[in-house]
Amino acid sequence: MADILGAEVDEEGFLVNLSDWTKEIAESMAKDDDIELSEEHWDVINFLRNYFEEYQIAPAVRVLTKAIGKQFGKEKGNSKYLYSLFPYGPGKQGCRFAGLPKPTGCI
Amino acid sequence: MLHTVNKSSFERNSLQSCINTIDDTSVILLIEDGVISAANNANSSMLTDLASQGRVYALKGDVEARGISSKVANNIKLVDYAGFVDLVVEHGTAVSWV
Amino acid sequence: MATKKFMYLNRKASYGTVYAIESLEVVLIAAAFEQDVSLAFIDDGVYQIIEGQNTDSIGMKNFSKTYHALGDYDINKLYVSAESLEERGLTEDDLMPLVYEDEDDDWAEKPSVKVVSNAELSKIMSDQDVCLSF
Repeated sequence: MADILGAEVDEEGFLVNLSDWTKEIAESMAKDDDIELSEEHWDVINFLRNYFEEYQIAPAVRVLTKAIGKQFGKEKGNSKYLYSLFPYGPGKQGCRFAGLPKPTGCI
Repeated sequence: MLHTVNKSSFERNSLQSCINTIDDTSVILLIEDGVISAANNANSSMLTDLASQGRVYALKGDVEARGISSKVANNIKLVDYAGFVDLVVEHGTAVSWV
Repeated sequence: MATKKFMYLNRKASYGTVYAIESLEVVLIAAAFEQDVSLAFIDDGVYQIIEGQNTDSIGMKNFSKTYHALGDYDINKLYVSAESLEERGLTEDDLMPLVYEDEDDDWAEKPSVKVVSNAELSKIMSDQDVCLSF
């Protein structure tokens, strides 16, 4: 089994145990993808973590987009903005950095 | 609508649930272990009512496999697989009560 | 893609079998395809949305929280069988207060759950293109 900073990850790089997550793990995952996490990235990552805590699922991209727009301003509530932060997909890549499972229905 | 039920009414409440929410034009097709409810002694009065209106079918192969051909209540119509297909075509949306 | 009316019939309680959680997963996946989705809770299915579920001691995910997300997915038609509630000694007050935000009404919060008689449910079912029973 592969690991990131000692935390076990699956074959797609998602954390196996949600409770292993730390900010350092997120930063390390991002670095492996050539991304430096900015405040804007953290807004989305924290949103995803809070959403999961409340609803026990990662939101679909459509739901995420709408909610980010509502919370952080209309100019950010579109997939172009979210993909600029997470080029491999805000759902897939964002959830991975956030230590969450791959979102339901995410292809 | 066509409602298929594939569990015996002695084992599960699928048939009763189906009957509870069925509308006036829907028909029921009993398949697999659902055909056990087609035997005379297993009939609920609601099913008898529906059968007397010609709205209950049972899949012949499943009836025969379970050895209850002679026990099927009078008004329940036996259909083969081609008859199953005809019912689907005729009644549109199908619901399978599992 | 043409929109079809999908109804998911939920007939079993949450943790004894996989039906409830499987249904919920399918519903969330189907929602991504922007179809007209409604849910019905009949028989022991009404226990899926009862308030106050706590799974700490059985080591299973408390996915009752996930029903609160359905509104975000534009799933806001949750029909509950009045007869099924009554048979179990339950009332609407025992159910989780599931809501959605109405985009056409300045995002006002509105209830998603509607208790209906079996006769009303039968009419709603007849109006569907696809009914899936879990």
